[in-house]
Amino acid sequence: MEDITLQDNSEGNSEHNSDQHSSSHHQPAKGIMRWILTTNHKDIGTLYLCFSFLMFLVGGAMAMVIRAELYQPGLQIVEPNFFNQMTTVHGLIMVFGAVMPAFTGLANWLIPMMIGAPDMALPRMNNWSFWILPMAFTILLSSLFMEGGGPNFGWTFYAPLSTTYSPDSTALFVFAIHIMGISSILGAINVVVTIINMRAPGMTYMKMPLFVWTWLITAFLLIAVMPVLAATVTMVLTDKYFGTSFFAAAGGGDPVLFQHIFWFFGHPEVYIMILPSFGIISAIIPTFSRKKLFGYSSMVYATSSIAILSFTVWAHHMFTTGMPVAAELFFMYCTMLISVPTGVKVFNWVATMWRGSLTFETPMLFAIAFIVLFTIGGFSGLMLAITPADFQYHDTYFVVAHFHYVLVTGAIFSIMAAAYYWLPKWTGHMYDERLGKIHFWCSLISVNVLFFPMHFLGLAGMPRRVPDYALQFADFNQLVSLGGFAFGLSQLIFLAVLVKCVRGGEKAPAKPWEGAEGLEWDMPSPAPYHSHTTPPEIK
Amino acid sequence: MSQLLEKKNQRLIVKLSTAIVLMFGFGFALVPLYDVFCQITGLNGRNITKAPAQSMKIDKTRTVRLQFMTSVPPGMAWDFSPAINYVDVHPGENKVVKFNAHNLSNRTIVGQAVPSVSPGLAASYLNKTECFCFTQQPLKAGQRTEMGLVFFISPDIPKDIHTLTLSYALFDVTQLPSAQATPSNVEYAEHTEHAEHPEHAAM
Repeated sequence: MEDITLQDNSEGNSEHNSDQHSSSHHQPAKGIMRWILTTNHKDIGTLYLCFSFLMFLVGGAMAMVIRAELYQPGLQIVEPNFFNQMTTVHGLIMVFGAVMPAFTGLANWLIPMMIGAPDMALPRMNNWSFWILPMAFTILLSSLFMEGGGPNFGWTFYAPLSTTYSPDSTALFVFAIHIMGISSILGAINVVVTIINMRAPGMTYMKMPLFVWTWLITAFLLIAVMPVLAATVTMVLTDKYFGTSFFAAAGGGDPVLFQHIFWFFGHPEVYIMILPSFGIISAIIPTFSRKKLFGYSSMVYATSSIAILSFTVWAHHMFTTGMPVAAELFFMYCTMLISVPTGVKVFNWVATMWRGSLTFETPMLFAIAFIVLFTIGGFSGLMLAITPADFQYHDTYFVVAHFHYVLVTGAIFSIMAAAYYWLPKWTGHMYDERLGKIHFWCSLISVNVLFFPMHFLGLAGMPRRVPDYALQFADFNQLVSLGGFAFGLSQLIFLAVLVKCVRGGEKAPAKPWEGAEGLEWDMPSPAPYHSHTTPPEIK
Repeated sequence: MSQLLEKKNQRLIVKLSTAIVLMFGFGFALVPLYDVFCQITGLNGRNITKAPAQSMKIDKTRTVRLQFMTSVPPGMAWDFSPAINYVDVHPGENKVVKFNAHNLSNRTIVGQAVPSVSPGLAASYLNKTECFCFTQQPLKAGQRTEMGLVFFISPDIPKDIHTLTLSYALFDVTQLPSAQATPSNVEYAEHTEHAEHPEHAAM
């Protein structure tokens, strides 16, 4: 896929650049070295997006293994230990390999174009922060082939599962997480510096598109919590290999402490994976409603409040660890409080659509599906926030259903919406609308067949992370697995759309969407290799 | 890129990098903060400190039941159990309870018992003046021993607490570098030996 993009971009750019630049120095280099040495924000954005799609397929393949094993009760296909490795690495890959790099890729492509900057502020660092990612995932995936297997303790790597009882390959897991963390921290620094210092004259903070706003806040969250994750994995490393006792009760430590530190990172992390989605949806809904976004400034404040509140709710993941009632109440109320700014956002999107002249191109379909399905995920989150109810739901498939609704039909659907929305700008071609709609409807139906019955499985008491289950769960699991296979296959349609769009198709105009607003639509499609070399005028 | 912008960028990068380093440190700072927080609020049922030797006045008007539990991890060849399952005491009254330990293996094993009190908020009212959990316990192959616990329950324990459970989780620390040495938490305990009970009003 990369080679195709390469040809395509160099063709497109030679047209646009020839009249803008006399020096051939500004042309993209040819061959593989272009991608290895590139400091261009568009190239790096493309690399991030291609990498994240690759990881999405790899992580998805692991989900297929999980669903195949769970198709019927009993142990059929894989050993329990390998099953645990699949659930663990599926989670790690989807979080750190698919969702986060996809957002960073979108940030690279879009933020400079949206704020009128010629490139990201720190282009060389940008190159490095991408290229260490494939290294990290090579290390992580290679650990699956080690003697004793890869990480099998769940993506949350609770101590003592990750210390006393973990496989010998745990050091590889720790280093992989370190590298992923460094990559996202570097990416976050770059985003913050770009947004704060590189805006075109006249682009005030309250004129920035919401995607830029949400990413700025996300970047601050990343800077605040990724180092805490690094500290956590470092403590796991020293506990396992160097005899420290951070999480070992025998030496004066406490395994519950692990959960506190992990979720201090972990809860802001879930907002890291959803705030940029809010920005994407806030761009797409107004475009296809042909109206201005309702309540722009309330969106900004809502995003900021969500980010701040996200630091005060971490222990709602740990209600069953034996907290005093006062602490449980505190974390319960704080968690419920988050639904207020989130509700503001949902209502703003709906109000934007109200009496708009709506059309339903693929990006809009994904955006509307996002609003509905993310809200379902939000409601199941509210149910989980209720402490006494959580005692029943904790560690069941209800939780699995909840976070897949917010991450798959939330984060991933928004990324797909973004891909369809900006593909014409990236490639210069319109994607195949018919194929896009087929992809949407296949995904929408299968994703609900996949995740909706999980709610009932969880309420009926099926625990998560088990390779085998009691007979009464058999029918629903079969249904879930069929939905899973269908959802997995549907993503091949997405691959087909992408390949087709990169290779050719109807030429896209500068502004392919009638109602679109923003600086990126003022430049030709595909976006020239160097854009905004002189700052644009901001109205 | 103009020089001015480059300067601005550098200043911002320095600030952000400082924040990152501080947050990395904060991750580690959470470890002692957690201990201090649990100590002050009495959360988590951690009960590792040594109390002053003499008790205050004895409250004969009520009795509180203290139940004992022990657990030995799989693979550790020790028998470890309390001599009695529970004891009823008046708050303020000193009591001695014996625990029996027996090394069933043919090698020396160093054990460390880690106490935990339930309900967690009651932990700070359970005062141990002597406890085998303050030190590590080496037992030679086949050796039996009786280990003592001396405790009293503070008279100011809330009226609604009638039963406490004291649970000892035993750990095999033979391999730990700190084995044979005094565990750090005992030093900590001795330093705070004369500390008054923290205010419970906070929680």
